[in-house]
Amino acid sequence: MYAFDFHRPATLRQANNLVGKVEDAKILAGGQTLLPTMKQRLASPAAVIDLSGVPELVGIEQKGRNLVIGAMTSHAEVASSALVRAALPGLAALAAGIGDPHVRHKGTIGGSIANNDPAADYPAGLLALGATIVTNRRKIPAGDFFTGMFSTALDEGEIITKVIVPTGAKFAYAKFRNPASRYAMVGVAVGKKGSSVVVAVTGAGSDGVFRWADAEAALGKRFNAKSLDGIKNPAAKELNSDIHASAEYRSHLIGVMARRAVTAATAK
Amino acid sequence: MAGTGIGARVMRKEDFRFITGKGNYTDDINRPGQAHAYFLRSPHAHAKIRKIDTAKAAAMPGVVAIFTGADIEADKVGGLICGWMIHSKDGTPMKAGAHPALAVGKVRYVGDHVAVVIAETLAEARDAAEAILVDYEPLKPVVDLASATKKGSPVIHDAAPDNQVYDWHLGDEAAVKAAFKKAKHVTKIDLVNNRLIPNAMEPRAAIGDYNSGEEAFTLYTTSQNPHVARLVLSAFIGIAPEHKLRVIAPDVGGGFGSKIFIYAEETICVWAAKKVGRPVKWVADRTEEFLAIAHGRDHLTHAEMAIDENGRILGLHVKTRANLGAYLSTFASSVPTYLYVPLLSGQYNIPAIYGEVEAVYTNTAPVDAYRGAGRPEATFVIERLMEVAARELGMDPAAFRKKNFIKSFPHQTPVIMCYDTGDYNASLAKAMEIHDVKGFARRKRESAKAGKLRGLGYSAYIEACGIAPSAAVGSLGAGVGLWESAEVRVNPVGTVEVLTGSHSHGQGHETTFAQLVAGRLGIPIENVAIVHGDTDKVQMGMGTYGSRSGAVGMSAIVKALDKVEAKAKKVASFVLEAAEADIDFKDGKFSVKGTDKSIDFASVALQAYVAHKFTGEQLEPGLKEGAFYDPTNFTFPSGVHIAEVEIDPDTGVTTIAKWTAVDDFGVIINPMIVEGQVHGGIAQGIGQALLEGAVYDANGQLLTASYMDYAMPRADDLPSFRVDHTTTPCLSNPLGIKGCGEAGAIAAPAAVMNAITDALGHENIAMPATPQAVWQAAQAGLARAAE
Ligand SMILES: Cc1cc2nc3c(=O)[nH]c(=O)nc-3n(C[C@H](O)[C@H](O)[C@H](O)COP(=O)(O)OP(=O)(O)OC[C@H]3O[C@@H](n4cnc5c(N)ncnc54)[C@H](O)[C@@H]3O)c2cc1C
Repeated sequence: MYAFDFHRPATLRQANNLVGKVEDAKILAGGQTLLPTMKQRLASPAAVIDLSGVPELVGIEQKGRNLVIGAMTSHAEVASSALVRAALPGLAALAAGIGDPHVRHKGTIGGSIANNDPAADYPAGLLALGATIVTNRRKIPAGDFFTGMFSTALDEGEIITKVIVPTGAKFAYAKFRNPASRYAMVGVAVGKKGSSVVVAVTGAGSDGVFRWADAEAALGKRFNAKSLDGIKNPAAKELNSDIHASAEYRSHLIGVMARRAVTAATAK
Repeated sequence: MAGTGIGARVMRKEDFRFITGKGNYTDDINRPGQAHAYFLRSPHAHAKIRKIDTAKAAAMPGVVAIFTGADIEADKVGGLICGWMIHSKDGTPMKAGAHPALAVGKVRYVGDHVAVVIAETLAEARDAAEAILVDYEPLKPVVDLASATKKGSPVIHDAAPDNQVYDWHLGDEAAVKAAFKKAKHVTKIDLVNNRLIPNAMEPRAAIGDYNSGEEAFTLYTTSQNPHVARLVLSAFIGIAPEHKLRVIAPDVGGGFGSKIFIYAEETICVWAAKKVGRPVKWVADRTEEFLAIAHGRDHLTHAEMAIDENGRILGLHVKTRANLGAYLSTFASSVPTYLYVPLLSGQYNIPAIYGEVEAVYTNTAPVDAYRGAGRPEATFVIERLMEVAARELGMDPAAFRKKNFIKSFPHQTPVIMCYDTGDYNASLAKAMEIHDVKGFARRKRESAKAGKLRGLGYSAYIEACGIAPSAAVGSLGAGVGLWESAEVRVNPVGTVEVLTGSHSHGQGHETTFAQLVAGRLGIPIENVAIVHGDTDKVQMGMGTYGSRSGAVGMSAIVKALDKVEAKAKKVASFVLEAAEADIDFKDGKFSVKGTDKSIDFASVALQAYVAHKFTGEQLEPGLKEGAFYDPTNFTFPSGVHIAEVEIDPDTGVTTIAKWTAVDDFGVIINPMIVEGQVHGGIAQGIGQALLEGAVYDANGQLLTASYMDYAMPRADDLPSFRVDHTTTPCLSNPLGIKGCGEAGAIAAPAAVMNAITDALGHENIAMPATPQAVWQAAQAGLARAAE
């Protein structure tokens, strides 16, 4: 780690001011990604703006047909929230499957999606649920937010404040863990609302989370795992290959995880 | 068993300290005026160092000093050593390349030590290290083990022009040839023993401290054998004579072998402390541990077994290529030779064995002993062969093993070892019963109904522990003796300190050693303190590895206790005014035979020190005795582990469904601690079989340099183990102990792989059997079945 200035705003306003003013600053949420990269000297911001002192960024509310989740809400809070468990048990399960207890109690939904790790779980989940990401400046639909591996629609100085998640969908997420990191080696989130089906795949794409159109079309006709029989898995050449899994294996796993997600989503 | 003596499940005395955060690890120690060391490490696997420019770095804030290989050379600091001489088949000694603590002229693996920066803070040391300019001329690296000695390969050490360290053999080649001629059936197998990276919870650390008034050094270090560290640093590396060098290994958070060795970092810390006139502290971060700690295993093996028409083994021929990495680590040469081939007989009566081992250099981290050290590799070879042979012969794998078990003892194998005792049938039968092997067919059907593949695998392992009779290992090339020492100091009030050359870094010696002493002297266990890990307190000792602390370390304590008891009897005879021959000692009381006259142990201790009841001519005052114990044989723990796995053919995920271990460790001091050792060992063995594996890319970059990519076993990867025992007490030591520290790691890999191949009906899948590898094998198997 290199030396840096540290700011801890107490309100969103103060945070807004700081991000506009302080040069070469990084927002700090749970620190589960930012701090390790700083320790390894892979990131060296001149300043860190810690959002942990901003109370309005934490919490989960039901607003009409939506769940509204504050950006600084930890994975553990989402996993154990009675509201989330009742309205979207699949989302609670997704959060419960992130990392380990330490990571779940420190890591936040805002930090996770701002980082958009190609193997993170939330991006697939929020895509499949048709969530909306709210920042200090605007509202961005999930479909426009995740723009590629480690890249998002966020502008310089933009702070995620909350995530709006529509309820009422059939939703489940099936994750195949990387045996070492336990991030998603392949994760498939399936959401069905009315006749629209979204199948979002994480961990596998060479450019981060993506939607699997063929599966969506097939499941749109009949929302059943069997509908995926005969559908070709996403082509290996679009997928990641590393020491843990070849692109071919990932392609195969997408099919398996998609079926498992559909089966789970239709279970109740 | 109740009480606190041998056999009791005494809670660990050390745990209060550890659980409440009161442990005292090297990093907990800070010396006044201490500076911090940071090592600049090579980013190249193989490169010439043309020039190192430290001028800019030296001028950075907080920098105290920067040293490179040139300074080491100028000070004539000796190189790191390998303490076991191996001779090749042709009689030539192994080719040991120079191993300077800081690279001289060349770097040989990613992580090799190029320079050390000593600064006021660690951050300043790191900043300065980044400013050091090293002009490298990258050379082609040698990474692939199989082709490392090919003609035209780049040369890693001039001393070994073809990258071969030695080409060694053991056994009777002609007898083995004859056996294969007679054979009705020959089973052949090719095996990879995957390279592992030790991950003790506590990373390595060192503080060097120099007292200019006394001209004496102190080294605090994460060592499993502080006396050996002192000996090597003194006699070979030349830091200071032994009486001017104190080595302290305080609480150490796990070692698994990796902290036996004397590394560059502690050498530099202690040497530099005098150079800069300040204590120098270094604590490894996890990445440094991945890159530069001594790795384990890494064998390629071709093995063949000759079998007659009755299913009896006639002979075994094993050819192994072992990767020793870029430099020879402290005991590296012994691991794939004398700790490996002599164990290839397993639990079986094999009349002829011939083992050939070619050890090679590669541009990877040094490889040395890791939990089990050679013996897991041997067990993997013999137990995979047994399984494959049984299947080829159409025999039940348990029956095939039974048929070939050694049944009478002592048993001399054709490869050095003489097994003193054992009952292999007993452990197999007990394991099969506990495991409900009979119910396996039903469980397999149930799995099949759920779309899963189920398999069962045995591993009937043997290991040689209690390392080792000094004369024997000396004749095989060891540079040291492998006895152990103990001193029992009885205080005037009857409490006892035991100074032991063994070193506890997770084994629980403070408990088990105290159980022995408390039971023997009839005193409360709270009155016994175990002292270890400090060369100024404890007489010369050899440390802890190779499951030797019970069999060797405790045997030394027994010898010292014998002397204490003899002396105490003398004291009691004066106090009780009786002949020494009439004194009995039992349950902490000395009594005169046939009378009701007695005195307890504490009172005798007091009398020994006040010395009022005898004169100086009659008896020396005091009650303190020391002993050295040199084992007369290895010990031979053995047992049977049964793994049952369930495989999801859709994903390749292997779940350990059931695990049974029946071990024969001889006499058990504390069953709870033994079970803990077995659990941990099995976890490591399952880790090797399913998860762990170091991967270097073609350029010699370590791809598995963090937990993001190196898969350690976690609790939820493991089932609840069923652990039980059979007992044949060891005949070669006074307590009948065989040792238990490595058994799980030795037994488990073969059991898992035998179970997986049983489930898949596919004979060759390499470790680690990752989901991808198992899925591919399962698909191939299904395709074959469909044909
Ligand atoms: C051991 C380990 C295992 C993990 N396993 C998983 C896993 O299985 N699945 C998974 O999905 N994730 C996993 N993670 C990631 C973790 O869950 C966090 O989601 C992730 O680290 C980011 O969240 P954070 O709150 O820690 O953000 P930080 O690390 O604090 O920040 C991450 C990035 O987001 C930016 N940022 C943070 N908050 C905001 C905001 N409100 N507005 C704008 N920018 C912001 C920061 O500036 C930084 O660039 C793991 C992490 C670790 C350390």
